[in-house]
Amino acid sequence: MTLQSVAFWVLAVLSAASGVAVFVVDSMARATFALLTSLVGVGLVFLLIDLSYLGVLIVLMMVMEMMVMAVFMIMYMMNPAGLMPMKMVHNSRGAPLIAAGVFLLLVAGVFLAPWPRRRGGPPADPTHALGLSIMGPKMLVMMVVGVAILATMISTTVLATHRGRYDGDRPRPRPEEGR
Amino acid sequence: MRETTPLWTPIALLGALLVLAWAAAAFDSVLGTALRLSGLGDPPREVARLLVQQRRRTPSADTLLMRAGVCGLPVVAVLAAAVLPLGDRPVADLAVGVVWFNAMEVCVWGSLWLTGWGPDSVYPLIGGYRAVAQGLAYELPHMFALITAALGAGSLNMSDVAGAQRGLWFAVWMPVAFAVYLVSALAMAFWGPMSRPVGSDIAGGVRAELSGPDRLVFQTGRYTLLVVAAAAAVPLFLGGGGGPVLPPWLWTLLKTVAVLAVLVWARHRLPAVRMDRFTWLSWLVLIPAALLQMLAVGIVVL
Repeated sequence: MTLQSVAFWVLAVLSAASGVAVFVVDSMARATFALLTSLVGVGLVFLLIDLSYLGVLIVLMMVMEMMVMAVFMIMYMMNPAGLMPMKMVHNSRGAPLIAAGVFLLLVAGVFLAPWPRRRGGPPADPTHALGLSIMGPKMLVMMVVGVAILATMISTTVLATHRGRYDGDRPRPRPEEGR
Repeated sequence: MRETTPLWTPIALLGALLVLAWAAAAFDSVLGTALRLSGLGDPPREVARLLVQQRRRTPSADTLLMRAGVCGLPVVAVLAAAVLPLGDRPVADLAVGVVWFNAMEVCVWGSLWLTGWGPDSVYPLIGGYRAVAQGLAYELPHMFALITAALGAGSLNMSDVAGAQRGLWFAVWMPVAFAVYLVSALAMAFWGPMSRPVGSDIAGGVRAELSGPDRLVFQTGRYTLLVVAAAAAVPLFLGGGGGPVLPPWLWTLLKTVAVLAVLVWARHRLPAVRMDRFTWLSWLVLIPAALLQMLAVGIVVL
């Protein structure tokens, strides 16, 4: 076995095991970071097939995404901030059946699908080729969508930060009124 | 990776990071004691104290997550430093070094949040969420500053970015991006004006319950992050190892020390900024400014 296949198997086992851990642990925080470990493992596998831009981007995006999830966790959970131990599965009888069914279906697909043969070789600069294949013919659309998303984000922040706890236009209640 | 680097470079990198982290802590101490040189001895005294201090424990702490967060801090700092050129070449010459640096530095948010969550104590928890809020505030202008430097060089490789500044430093012809980078460098190491996640108003925030070796590792990681944030400014904006007479590695070191000194000094001159006010500044002033800077650089490059 080459060093690459050793690394692949280590990362694959790590990803699958931490994927299982998401449903086994009894804490929201542990589940979140088990999921993150799993996804980072997948990102690192991309480095093994020389798609370094995609791989590093997956790591970057998944870490940020999980941190945003931590914010929402405290905002919306009934169980206060997920601080209490809790079960990570719902519908514990039906879910394994559905999961096993989907798994068997996918495995059957792996063996029954006619896989295409590889044509051509990898490009010299995969990052450049990736950019062209995503953006090339649709550059204008991508740019407009990008600017629209950014404008939405900034205007949301404008609306949200104006009403900070200490910054509002309302006069603050005096101490004797405050009770 | 383009070529293999000699075996001693990772060791040199680790040594340089530790020495600079110690220097930053000592300089901070000297500034804090009204320029008395006795402050130089503070870091070793603190290390000795923390090594023999007994660990304080909180009931129903999630020790696994807390340790992961604490130990993650120095680890991601070193991983981020691996793509920075020490003179000519970095330890790991990744083709997408700028993105790698960005990814490792985002992992700091995770580390801080875990460290804050772990002890099951209210102040660290608040500190952890402050860290995430501050991260979301600084990250976009920071990314735009990094991309602007990469755009100017036409490459995501750190050595190429440094090499593209032979004629003129990026700090000179993209000053806004450089300024935005310096602000986010403070935020990366939650230092000085951006130190609310470990603020004294919440009893030390994230690190409130850390004691003994845990605290030592956390503090080492924090100073190392500050060093790495300063060191990354050198290839990105200050011409890397380029300069007259002296060898590249010495120029890199001198420039890093200069940026580091400015960052440490800023802690003693600027007040800490609340995250929601910083979000306002960051998203309404820094993002548009960084975008205009990127537009200008884009037009020049075209």
